Amino acid sequence: MGFKIIVLAKQVPDTRNVGKDAMKADGTVNRAALPAIFNPEDLNALEQALRLKDRYPGSEVTILTMGPGRAADVIREGLYRGADKGYLLTDRAFAGSDTLATSYAISCAIKKIKDFDLIIAGRQAIDGDTAQVGPQVAEKLNLPQVTYAEEILSMKEGIVAEDDKYGVPHAKLAEELDLKINGTLEIKRRLERGVETVVTPFPCVITVNASAPNCRPRNAKAVMKYKHARTVTEIQDQSEDYLDLTLDRPYLKIEEWSVSDIETDTKWLGLSGSPTKVKKIENVVFQAKESKRISNDEAELEELIVELIDNHTIG
Amino acid sequence: MGNVFVICEIEEGKVADVSLELLTKGRSLANDLNCKLEAVALGHQIKGIEKQVYPYGVDILHVGDDERLEVYTTLPYTSIIVELFKQEKPEICLLGASTLGRDLGPRVSSALQSGLTADCTSLEIGDHTDKKAGKDYKNLLYQIRPAFGGNIVATIINPDCRPQMATVREGVMKMEVLSETHKGRIKNIDVNKVLKPEDLLVKVIERHMEKSKVNIKNSSIIIAGGYGMGSKEGFNQLYQLADVLSAEVGASRAAVDAGFAEHERQIGQTGVTVRPKLYIACGISGQIQHTAGMEESSMVIAVNNDSNAPINKIADYVINGDVNDIVPKLIKLYKKNTK
Repeated sequence: MGFKIIVLAKQVPDTRNVGKDAMKADGTVNRAALPAIFNPEDLNALEQALRLKDRYPGSEVTILTMGPGRAADVIREGLYRGADKGYLLTDRAFAGSDTLATSYAISCAIKKIKDFDLIIAGRQAIDGDTAQVGPQVAEKLNLPQVTYAEEILSMKEGIVAEDDKYGVPHAKLAEELDLKINGTLEIKRRLERGVETVVTPFPCVITVNASAPNCRPRNAKAVMKYKHARTVTEIQDQSEDYLDLTLDRPYLKIEEWSVSDIETDTKWLGLSGSPTKVKKIENVVFQAKESKRISNDEAELEELIVELIDNHTIG
Repeated sequence: MGNVFVICEIEEGKVADVSLELLTKGRSLANDLNCKLEAVALGHQIKGIEKQVYPYGVDILHVGDDERLEVYTTLPYTSIIVELFKQEKPEICLLGASTLGRDLGPRVSSALQSGLTADCTSLEIGDHTDKKAGKDYKNLLYQIRPAFGGNIVATIINPDCRPQMATVREGVMKMEVLSETHKGRIKNIDVNKVLKPEDLLVKVIERHMEKSKVNIKNSSIIIAGGYGMGSKEGFNQLYQLADVLSAEVGASRAAVDAGFAEHERQIGQTGVTVRPKLYIACGISGQIQHTAGMEESSMVIAVNNDSNAPINKIADYVINGDVNDIVPKLIKLYKKNTK
């Protein structure tokens, strides 16, 4: 039995490690110097999915990512760590998408995957830090959302009866409203000033914080098994003597979907589906100002302290 | 044209600081646009809440008072606000970039197919010309925010969709009373009419909220430590310096990630923004992510052993040397000169 879990993952430039070579002389970002990585909180999300798979044998973890062809790396990385399969959503029609257009495209892909119990994503991606795609995917799919999750405490199959301790009359509601409810999840959320525990029916969307446990490392067996996993474009791009292993081993095939593979209304995609527009981009350049240099010498330090006391900055 | 709306957050009967900061900003935007400032307050037994918000210039307060709104959950709050906005057609909607605002904002924006910009650091009114479409737009909300890890600053606009939505972190905008005698009026929301059974699918069964112990936002002197403090023990020396100077201790993201300090002390793009009169940056290199949250400090002293550290460029004084050596010296010299 088990559960079907979709993990939303994004490939991002590693903006956390902006070293000296990452800034050009004119103060602009040297994007080429930033490595592309698995968005850190999406790894926290993957770990929560893998823990559910450990706990409920027979569960299946699927990675869904949207991006350029090279984003297939994110799917391979997920497979190496314990995921079972992946979908890459890639098309020029998605270029220029803001969070809403991105969420729309992802929700259409999820509708095509169709059979799922749970969608888990990182809270936010480090290149934008918006935290919007999770809730917007939930809204587009008309599913409940639980953001800022730190731990999935339990996942129970079946509809909760009306007299359940949580007092959520799921059974009655599901019948009356013709809702698709597969079961109930109990989740701990980490908020800025505390924690709360919520109970939600699933299918639903959960976004996971960095405060959740780190993702397990790659598993050597999984690396051996999946190192030749490829998308159809990657196979086509190989030279002629490349041995395509996906024919004999279908699990090595990473599904690649373009706009024509999913059902969409193209006016909600890319630039036309994005209510927000970027009017202006400014590179941040440090403006040097005259600073007074002081050495680690007691007399000089004392002079500074006395000056600060005299002008009432301290004391 | 619609008005400027602010969604207020209420915790234990008190309107959150971030909401009052947004009301202050909302008032000034409403003045620029020559429209009204409206606020939304949802909760349970919140009679009298208007007294907290009117002084900030609120003209109309929409109140939804219902047991089912006592604790925030996504779906009922979304339904009520979406319904309200369909009627009122706001021009602008501001929310705190808090766990509540960042949960509610995107859901509402998706339901209304309107644009939302997260974590804005500045909001202004301005015009825009779309040369391709040959269209002129007057009085748009410029939503200005850092992006790409703080290395660029982007100005975002929503030319065609309303409301223009934005979230702002606590401490970024200033909080200022307009007038103690300013009065608005209340419009009650018919909660029963809006809420449907399926809005109540998610239940909060346990909640532990703590009052924030750290108050770096309002401290006039901040001693901040970075990864360069080397260890938690090294970082802990800063509390002693803070003690003698009656200061508060802040931290860079690197120091928080390394476990030297708790997250509520984090200053910068993903933490709080501070404007103290004195900021002492110890072992902080000064990536833009950090300086974005402290560059408005009146005076900056940088203590580090890297003469090329970016923080030195915005510092008034640079003390070059080992932080673990200099911090105890500063404590000793301060005590000596204040006796």
